Amino acid sequence: MPLISMRKMKVNQKAIVTSVQADGPLGRRIRDMGLIPGTEIQVVGRAPLHDPVALRLRGFTLTLRNSEADFIQCTVEDTP
Amino acid sequence: MSGKEKSRLYVAVAGQPNCGKSTLFNAVTGSTARVGNYPGISVDRTEGEARLPDGTKMHLVDLPGTYSLTAYSQDEVIARNVILKEKPDVVINLLDATSLERSLYLTLQTMEIGARVVVGLNMMDEVKKRHIQIDSAQLAKLLGVPVIECCARRGIGGRELLEAAQKSAGTRESCPAPLHISYGPDLDPVLESLEKRINEAGFLTDRYPARWLAIKYLEEDEVLLQEGRRAGPLGEELERCVAEVSDMLRKTRNTYPEAVIADYRYGFINGLMRQGVITREDDLRFNHSDKIDALVTHRLIGPLIMCAILYAMFYITFTLGAYPQGWVEDAFGWLGGTVESLLPDGLLRSMIVNGAIDGVGAVMGFTPLILIMFLMLVFLEDLGYMGRVAYMLDRILHTFGLHGASVMPFIISGGLPGGCAVPGVMAARSLRSKRERLATIFTAPFMVCGAKTTAFILLTAAFFPENPTRAMFVIVLLAWGFALITAWLLRHTVIKGPSTPFIMELPPYRLPTLLGVLIHTWDRVWQYIKKAGTVILAASILMWALITFPQLPAEQTAHYETLRRAAQTEATQHLATNAGAEEKVSATLEKRLIEIADAESQATLQHTAAGRIGRFLEPVTRYAGFSWQANIALIGAFTAKEVFVSTMATVYSMGSTVEDEESPALSARLAADPAYTRPAVYSLIVFLLLYAPCLVTVAAIIRETGWNWGLFTLYGSLAYSFAIAVLVYQVSRLFY
Repeated sequence: MPLISMRKMKVNQKAIVTSVQADGPLGRRIRDMGLIPGTEIQVVGRAPLHDPVALRLRGFTLTLRNSEADFIQCTVEDTP
Repeated sequence: MSGKEKSRLYVAVAGQPNCGKSTLFNAVTGSTARVGNYPGISVDRTEGEARLPDGTKMHLVDLPGTYSLTAYSQDEVIARNVILKEKPDVVINLLDATSLERSLYLTLQTMEIGARVVVGLNMMDEVKKRHIQIDSAQLAKLLGVPVIECCARRGIGGRELLEAAQKSAGTRESCPAPLHISYGPDLDPVLESLEKRINEAGFLTDRYPARWLAIKYLEEDEVLLQEGRRAGPLGEELERCVAEVSDMLRKTRNTYPEAVIADYRYGFINGLMRQGVITREDDLRFNHSDKIDALVTHRLIGPLIMCAILYAMFYITFTLGAYPQGWVEDAFGWLGGTVESLLPDGLLRSMIVNGAIDGVGAVMGFTPLILIMFLMLVFLEDLGYMGRVAYMLDRILHTFGLHGASVMPFIISGGLPGGCAVPGVMAARSLRSKRERLATIFTAPFMVCGAKTTAFILLTAAFFPENPTRAMFVIVLLAWGFALITAWLLRHTVIKGPSTPFIMELPPYRLPTLLGVLIHTWDRVWQYIKKAGTVILAASILMWALITFPQLPAEQTAHYETLRRAAQTEATQHLATNAGAEEKVSATLEKRLIEIADAESQATLQHTAAGRIGRFLEPVTRYAGFSWQANIALIGAFTAKEVFVSTMATVYSMGSTVEDEESPALSARLAADPAYTRPAVYSLIVFLLLYAPCLVTVAAIIRETGWNWGLFTLYGSLAYSFAIAVLVYQVSRLFY
């Protein structure tokens, strides 16, 4: 169960959010969208230029930039 | 205020973006919906009326779609202010049931304020399709508010929601107690003490519920902190209290109060879910949208599809739009002809026909194009595709200090030729950050809007007859290039600062309803028509006056009359001496007469106000290679870019006033004018692309961003574009 930054996650990989180290508007937005510790996520895709990344969580799809994913640490569940 | 009358209920409709709120709103209010503005800010405020079968009247307001009620964006502040300050009798909170947990996050916050909430679970058809079971009765029981299942796009549930709202307003006379969520052992005691101090001091309690205010202090909500500081010394004391707690949390738990609050809110929601509200197979299950996205946002195929769609929109707008555009132009031509035959020759007729009808007609001719373009754009937007475009392009736009969502204002403004900067500037509202928004608003008018398209069609036909399409394409690329580079410059000078998060939902693809698309489109087209009927009408008449007055003094007119008579006498004498040369003589005479007429109208135009301004500016504009005729047209085009062509037509057709003569097309006349060297043409095209946004756009920018940024955009882009035009002219002169 390695702990990695969300930026490093590969497409189709699943993980559990362990911490969100962002405050201010960025942290607020991340949390408002439901990305809080304990949330199960899956990377479903990356934009053509590899950034932003698209995640699936809580039944919907969310996008964020790699620079924003840096604030989110995840525990990877399994490697497909 | 509005809730005072018993017979008329005041209902606010809240919900997260993409939850189907406008569909519901349109369905229940029908034709009574009116779009207005919140005072002082540019967020749309849609209001409408509904009547229940028992005769109860309801006044509904559609709140901006927000995920939360913090101070993250202007929309969120507005939404919560309506709930807090206007105190609607009921808040209908529509949820996208396919993402129930995230949607309930807003519901909790609405209930924490103490509003009387009625929950609508929308998209229930999709929920069933995804094999998710939601027990709405259980949810209602746990939340203690009515929960109605809906499917707004099929018209299901709207009436039931209104009836539930009516019942809810009727059964509980006083306001319900605000929802009380526990925020855990670290924060609950703090909250309690804050609440107590707020209550004891009566601190802002006339405006806000005490506990809610305490939560906002812990969340460090900038808007409320500022209000608190103004309200009294307790504000700063509370802030100190919060700072202590915040410090403690950071040291011991490595977290922030705000994060703890969000955790507990989601924890509360998870608790609800576990109590039998929802059963499903897999949270992360792929659905049809994911399958579409696998293709549509694919690394190689995605951009190709995007280009194909954008090109198809462009193609359809211009080929299909050409027919109705022709009809509108014919109609105005007929109107002009009719008025001309009814009125006696003179200034009044000239003003009505050449000023008003021609000017407004030219603009109205674009209405079909704008209608078709917006139909497609609104369709793609409501479908969910535009979000994917922002997603795919963010990497590039972010490099230039913009945001993926800047692409919409750019495209609407004319990133695909034929847009209009007025709705484009308004579309920039969807940008959350002030900085990216200002940069987008400054640069979006660089795009080739429908009005500029006419000017460029004229210029490319005149100066690049071998391949006008390619020239046009280059101009569009130039517009994008300048917009991006200028945005980058702005974001590194005037509006420096960090970028806004790109944390966005990619909503599931949903086929929009026809009514929704039509209403949306009509709202935008109507703005354009209003512009044609008001500003452009006034501008056309003003321009007509500028190129008509002051008229040539009588002795000068007489001078040209003498010249004409002399030419005629000469011809008669010539004929008398050389019988049999009629053809040659009449040809010479005609040529002479045209020359005289040209000279006269040149003199006339130079004598007018416009001519004087144009000449006055020539010493300056010479550095960019503009003639005084172009100056006149460019000044006129500030009122509305369409005017460039009509003014050029006036300026040049005055040079050939031989009536009913097969006068050469305007393009040909321009091409024949030696003033237009290649460098002058390049410089004119660049200047026309970049210089001050038209009057209506400036008005829109001022409304959206305030006077400072509006005037900065106006003068800034004027100076910027002139500098570039001079550069283009001087550099390209080295090569020609």
